[in-house]
Amino acid sequence: MTILNALILVCVLYVVFLFAVAFAADRAALRGRGSWLRSPYVYTLSLSIYCTAWTFYGAVGFAARSGLEFVTIYLGPTLIMIGWWWTLRKMVRVGRSQRITSIADLISSRYGKSNLLAVIVTVLAVIGTTPYIALQLQSVTLSFAAFAETDPTATTLPDMQSTALWVAGGLALFTILFGTRNLDANERHHGVVMAIALEAVVKLCALLAVGIFVVWGLSGGVAATLDRIDASAIARFEVSGSRWVGLTMLSAAAFLCLPRMFQVMVVENEDEDHLRTAAWAFPTYLMLMSLFVVPIAAVGLEVMPAGANPDLFVLTLPLMDGRDGLAILSFLGGFSSATSMVIVAAIALSTMVSNHVVMPLWLHFSGSAAMVSGDVRHVALLARRLSIAGVVLLGYMYFRLSGGGTALAAIGLIAFAGVAQFMPALMGGLFWRGATRTGALAGLCVGATVWIYCLFLPSFGPSVVLPQVVFDEGLFGLQWLRPRALFGAEGMDPVVHAVLWSMLLNTAAFVLGSLLSFPQPVERLQGAQFVNVFDHSGTPGGWTGGMAQSEDLLIMAQRIMGATEAQALFAEAARRQGLAGYLPEPSPTFLQELERELSGSVGAATAHAMISQIVGGAAVSVEDLMAVADETAQIMEYSSQLEAKSQELARTARQLRQANEKLTQLSVQKDGFLSQISHELRTPMTSIRAFSEILRDTGDLTPEEQNKYASVIHDEAVRLTRLLDDLLDLSVLENGQVVLHVQTGSLADLLDRAERAAGVQGGTLRVVRDRGAEAVELTTDLDRLAQVFINLIANARKYCDGQPPVLTIRTAVVDGQLVIDFTDNGSGIAPAQQAVIFEKFSRIGQHKAGGAGLGLAICREIMARLEGAVSYLPGQKGAAFRVTLPLMARMAAQ
Amino acid sequence: MSPERSPLFLARRTYRLRRLSDAARMLPIAGAVLFSLPLLWETREVRTTDAMFYIFGLWIVLAGISGVISTRLRPTDTEDDPKGSQER
Repeated sequence: MTILNALILVCVLYVVFLFAVAFAADRAALRGRGSWLRSPYVYTLSLSIYCTAWTFYGAVGFAARSGLEFVTIYLGPTLIMIGWWWTLRKMVRVGRSQRITSIADLISSRYGKSNLLAVIVTVLAVIGTTPYIALQLQSVTLSFAAFAETDPTATTLPDMQSTALWVAGGLALFTILFGTRNLDANERHHGVVMAIALEAVVKLCALLAVGIFVVWGLSGGVAATLDRIDASAIARFEVSGSRWVGLTMLSAAAFLCLPRMFQVMVVENEDEDHLRTAAWAFPTYLMLMSLFVVPIAAVGLEVMPAGANPDLFVLTLPLMDGRDGLAILSFLGGFSSATSMVIVAAIALSTMVSNHVVMPLWLHFSGSAAMVSGDVRHVALLARRLSIAGVVLLGYMYFRLSGGGTALAAIGLIAFAGVAQFMPALMGGLFWRGATRTGALAGLCVGATVWIYCLFLPSFGPSVVLPQVVFDEGLFGLQWLRPRALFGAEGMDPVVHAVLWSMLLNTAAFVLGSLLSFPQPVERLQGAQFVNVFDHSGTPGGWTGGMAQSEDLLIMAQRIMGATEAQALFAEAARRQGLAGYLPEPSPTFLQELERELSGSVGAATAHAMISQIVGGAAVSVEDLMAVADETAQIMEYSSQLEAKSQELARTARQLRQANEKLTQLSVQKDGFLSQISHELRTPMTSIRAFSEILRDTGDLTPEEQNKYASVIHDEAVRLTRLLDDLLDLSVLENGQVVLHVQTGSLADLLDRAERAAGVQGGTLRVVRDRGAEAVELTTDLDRLAQVFINLIANARKYCDGQPPVLTIRTAVVDGQLVIDFTDNGSGIAPAQQAVIFEKFSRIGQHKAGGAGLGLAICREIMARLEGAVSYLPGQKGAAFRVTLPLMARMAAQ
Repeated sequence: MSPERSPLFLARRTYRLRRLSDAARMLPIAGAVLFSLPLLWETREVRTTDAMFYIFGLWIVLAGISGVISTRLRPTDTEDDPKGSQER
């Protein structure tokens, strides 16, 4: 058996083995067994698809050309991995909480579920990945050819393109079989991940085996190898600083942005905790992968004939030494690197293409009818399968067209620079709430344009796509637009030059666009969800719907998720809402959950569009915005509190002012009263003194005169007594020492009595009464009540200035309360006075109509004792007082 | 005054976790600086083998430190809440 045949046999066996492993892993996961599938080490190993055939073969070639510089490609990811606390933690959390399916989905989701952004990212990813897939196909065919060359029995070299076609076909088949078993891209592809983890082990072992063989087999130990390196062409550490730093940063950016890396790192992530293991295990893996690269390169350069392709040293060194087994292992390592990359890249790209390009187009053309009729699930799966085939085919075509001449490393770096254009939008989206869709669009477009012009198109060589004149003279003859010397930056390394300018302009456009544009509410909301994902791994809000739509939603969900899953989801939601059956209320919570479920299958933007087609218009409620925009809410709340406080202060100040006015007025009244009472006391006292002196000193008084003077003295004494009685009465009433004499009588009689006592008869005042309404039996202290009535009627008699004066007494019973209004037709009491008329010593104006201003104060005290009230009734034609008295009173002081 | 006697003014565990997450944040920055150090050397004089020893040694050390940090730090340990940041 020739070595070529052996190789083909081993290769086929290996592929069968991979299929078996993937199949077994899928079965185990399906049956719920196989917790080892969820091990953090499987996760770490699956990350190793970063190391493609470019690493496996290309790193040695890279090292043979530029020495230790190759290591920058692994330093970037190492730094990202040990800095997982910064970015990866957040990316994984966002990916899980938002059910992100791809990097295009993440960026579109962050910027208001914009499908345009997703399409741009997808297109750029396809452009960037296609050469990379071609690179993998090329490496497999090259390595195959390397075997064929050493096989003396092979008369003709195998056709390179047919090899590539076989490999491409096999890869597409594997990917379709294991990558599209379930539609929900969020569900883990256990089979694929397991196969990749296995391939990761194979490629590490193969490279380590070759390294050990070279160091201890070919060179004879570590010291000898070091001597050989020192003697080789790459003995000096001659790296350019800009390339060293630039490539490290580029590889770090690419590590985060490569669609396939995003797929294994975020989408296939089973548990955030796995990052902790990957944080040290993956750097270690990378370190081991690059450990023997320089020795292999140095020994290869020395041993192999001049002109040998350094990219294939890993393979040709064992072959040359006749170690066929090791060579086959090495081939399997390279084969593993190539295939795992193509598989994951195809899955990632197909998800993006089908979710963001095919599905929206299909939905657009089939209209809203597609929601209810037509098998969306079938269409989505078909779209994804076709996309996988399309992506692999594109890679194959690129390989055929480019002819496979370029050095492997060059293509890899070009692809890196392409996907690195996602970086500003991605990082800005995760860390800057002010980043907007416009900014992201501007940044991506500018960055992609610069990358295509400065790196991608020139990579085909002069005069292939870009004419030589553009290289020499610049676009449109503008010197500063030369693709290799943009803005006059001459003499730079082309890759560093392109990365520098594309990233600078990309970031600038992104920042400027974000600063100058105004976000949509959904953008703002999603921004908060992403940036503050650790505060509230919660809900992007805002669906409102009616019951009638639940059925439509269920029908649509069945088309996408499958009948059983959809019904289970709906029934569970209905159960949680406390409803029987399959139709839950389309509450915002449920709609969010449904959208997230659907977005796992068709991407966030499409899911959003589909639900909004049925429910109609996404509504971002004010509450959602408030809850999310914490600081805004806090500021609003704070300012409203301040407003309330200042209102309260104003209210208190007003009350204080009122109280102050009242006090001032009372003080004035008191002063007035004191002078009044001294006057009132003094006037009778003066008469009493004068007349008693006359009686004492005048001897010849007639009996009539004596009688007259004595009467005057008596009257004045009575007046004094009455004044003192009033004061005493008030003080007794105020101190609550009054004794009530409860009697029963009729209100009409009481009013008659009061009218008589007030001296209305014979006066000018006419009293109008409704005797029918006054037929009320009262049980209370009638004498005290009469005192109130007398006071009120007397006041009207004294102060009413109507012409002629009329007092109307109206009686009514309201809610068990007897209400008696005394209204006259005078000019009434000024509002300023109304507040104080019931105070002691209060006298309206400077009337000298007698009384010490105690009447109403006494009335108020009496009514309080009788559990009623007397109050001034404003808004009548004249002065009006209302007396209220409970009909069924329980006398407190009884 | 010995540290044992000083009164407990911070929850020691939370404080340690926060410092640990600070360390996790600093590590890549330190790594980037250290990986760039060879550029400062007189590159024409430096042998590739020496640079290899430095870089691979540093690589192992960084992976080791990262391992020590991340075995003690869970992704959910200290959430970046705006309120908490004042207490740090």
